[in-house]
Amino acid sequence: MSDLLLTGGRVIDPSQSLDATADVLIVNGTIEAIGPRVASHAENRDGLETIDCAGLVIAPGFVDVHCHLREPGREEVETIATGARAAAAGGFTAVCAMPNTDPVTDNQAAVGFIIRQATLANASRVYPIGAVSLGQRGDALAEFGEMVGAGAVAVSDDGKPVASAHMMRTALEYARTFGIPVADHCEEPTLAKGGAMNEGIVSARLGLKGIPSEAEEIMAIRDILLARLTGGHVHLCHMSTRGSVELIRWGKDRGINVTAEVCPHHISLTEDAVEGYDTNAKMNPPLRTADDVAALQEAVRDGTIDLIATDHAPHHYDEKEREFADAPNGVIGLETALAVNITWLVASDVINLPTLIERMSCAPARVFKLPGGTLRRGAPADVTVFDPALEWVVDPATFRSKGRNTPYSGKTLKGRARLTLVGGRTVYRDGV
Amino acid sequence: MTRPLGKDLLGLEPLSGDQIRLILDTAEPFKEISERAIKKVPTLRGATIVNLFFEASTRTRVSFEFAEKRLSADTVNVAASGSSVSKGETLVDTARNLEAMRIDMVVIRHGASGAARFLADRIESNVINAGDGTHEHPTQGLLDLLTLRDYFKRLAGLKICIVGDVLHSRVARSNIWGLTKMGAEVAVCGPRSLLPSAIEEMGVTVFDRVEAAIEWADALNILRLQLERMQAGYIPSLREYNRVFGVSRERLERAKRDVLILHPGPMNRGVEIDSDVADGPFSVILNQVTNGVAVRMAVLYLLSGGRPELAEAAKKSGGER
Repeated sequence: MSDLLLTGGRVIDPSQSLDATADVLIVNGTIEAIGPRVASHAENRDGLETIDCAGLVIAPGFVDVHCHLREPGREEVETIATGARAAAAGGFTAVCAMPNTDPVTDNQAAVGFIIRQATLANASRVYPIGAVSLGQRGDALAEFGEMVGAGAVAVSDDGKPVASAHMMRTALEYARTFGIPVADHCEEPTLAKGGAMNEGIVSARLGLKGIPSEAEEIMAIRDILLARLTGGHVHLCHMSTRGSVELIRWGKDRGINVTAEVCPHHISLTEDAVEGYDTNAKMNPPLRTADDVAALQEAVRDGTIDLIATDHAPHHYDEKEREFADAPNGVIGLETALAVNITWLVASDVINLPTLIERMSCAPARVFKLPGGTLRRGAPADVTVFDPALEWVVDPATFRSKGRNTPYSGKTLKGRARLTLVGGRTVYRDGV
Repeated sequence: MTRPLGKDLLGLEPLSGDQIRLILDTAEPFKEISERAIKKVPTLRGATIVNLFFEASTRTRVSFEFAEKRLSADTVNVAASGSSVSKGETLVDTARNLEAMRIDMVVIRHGASGAARFLADRIESNVINAGDGTHEHPTQGLLDLLTLRDYFKRLAGLKICIVGDVLHSRVARSNIWGLTKMGAEVAVCGPRSLLPSAIEEMGVTVFDRVEAAIEWADALNILRLQLERMQAGYIPSLREYNRVFGVSRERLERAKRDVLILHPGPMNRGVEIDSDVADGPFSVILNQVTNGVAVRMAVLYLLSGGRPELAEAAKKSGGER
């Protein structure tokens, strides 16, 4: 691993309120210096590789707190290695893997397996999230302490809501011991049962069973109230409705320890994408209305929604190539997240690039207490260099992920990662 | 080859009023064929049609089969049970296999909304939706329109109320699109738990009381209430449903004028409709069935490339295809 000098880029690091044209010197895998004249001081170093970053943005690496890497159990759909490489190609230097694997990641040995596979993959960092309950069955707590000891960074029964309020309360209380968030998939199961898309005029027309916004909101407020009761940290996954945003705002105004994420698809697409029964527009929570999209965008801007996470959910194409109601939920997102966020949030002036980097890098690292999210001197050099203006057409065949299930296929998006460094090591490089 | 309807008939929502009128007008000359002693014309001779029924159906399947046979098409019926479908074959594989046999048309009935569209997007053959989940049942909608037009001599300005389980009804959706496109006023009436929550956005009025609906309407289209809805907790009991929403002679007699009665069948007598209404003087339920064959002949003819202005001649000579 050679030392690197990134020259002439726009360095944006919200963790130190930095936004300036500068050089970044990386020595022994850590950030050594940032400044306008670093290059002239570093010129004579042996083995220094210089990369011209003029016209590009240099940012702390993106951190995705919500993705599904399918290993163990569904290696034909994704592996930790392909997922970690997809992450690198998308500018993510670290991702958190949800525990709905087969077997479920609900014990220290399973957590250790993911850490090992991630080490072997040698791409972006992968942090395991352990299950809240054994087998995600919702009846007995998993061993949070041992999982954290093995490297888990949070707990979640994602994909399945923690249906029992008592179980959620206990999880929030117990998680305090280890200082980890409990990430919940907010869905009132009896209300959402059998639903395939947002409940509204489109579901009425298409004859598909709808999932009302209230199915999410009932659980969101339950979780917020339980966080108030317990003092635990609840993290609300993939928020999709205006009502949820209002409830989170209510909770934060009262100092309740709640954080929340939104996915790129929920700030860019509406239920109209389901038209024609496109199974690549099927996810849970479902795509909602234009009004919800506007509320979520505003919540990203004002910080009510702390961070953007992908909910990267690869499926085999056979599984998506079927009747809408029978197709599985989920879309991939690691390799399109940056571009979707730039296209729908930055290019349309909802937020600026520093805010985007805060929501994709600094905030996720801070909320999940992960290393990264900063370019401070001495920090591991987890760095993303991206071109915020580059327009490209999404072609799923080119993805590093094994998944092809994206609703953006064929769309022209703006913004693309050019160089991804993990601990100063190049894990992705294209065009620089 | 002209294709006045496009490649497929998947629903009435995508059709224009002119296209719907064309189908109804084309059905007129075909009605007469079924009244003949020898009910057969050579119009679709040499065409192969598969009736692919993933859900049990008697009326619709038989109606399509008669329509096809009276037009001299070669037809094959495939039922989900006893076919490769029951061995776990996917819909896309079923579609590709049918395509490989070089068939001309597929009539599909399927339990999943969007299944007909799914098939149509993947095969060259014409696809006719014979009911997909809770989405649409366009030929049922068309035969309802034809029956109403026969009686009232017009559709524009008519007031039609659809009564019952609109939430789960593909017949209701096709009726709503077809009727509104033809200028009729449409209302629905049923327990709110069996109406889509966004129903008003579909351009219809909602009546909570069936008495008010009867007072308003020129015709009622009464939907079958599936027993499963009670089991799934949408309504407490069939008995109460009949007491609150059932169309009875007594309720009809209280109305200021006569109300025409339609029902797509099969009927639950004594639940959504009382027998003396079903068998009464204003019931056109059997006319609907008769018209079903004519409408389906018209759809088959138009999708196969038949020219609408030649439909009258087609039934004599075989026509131009």
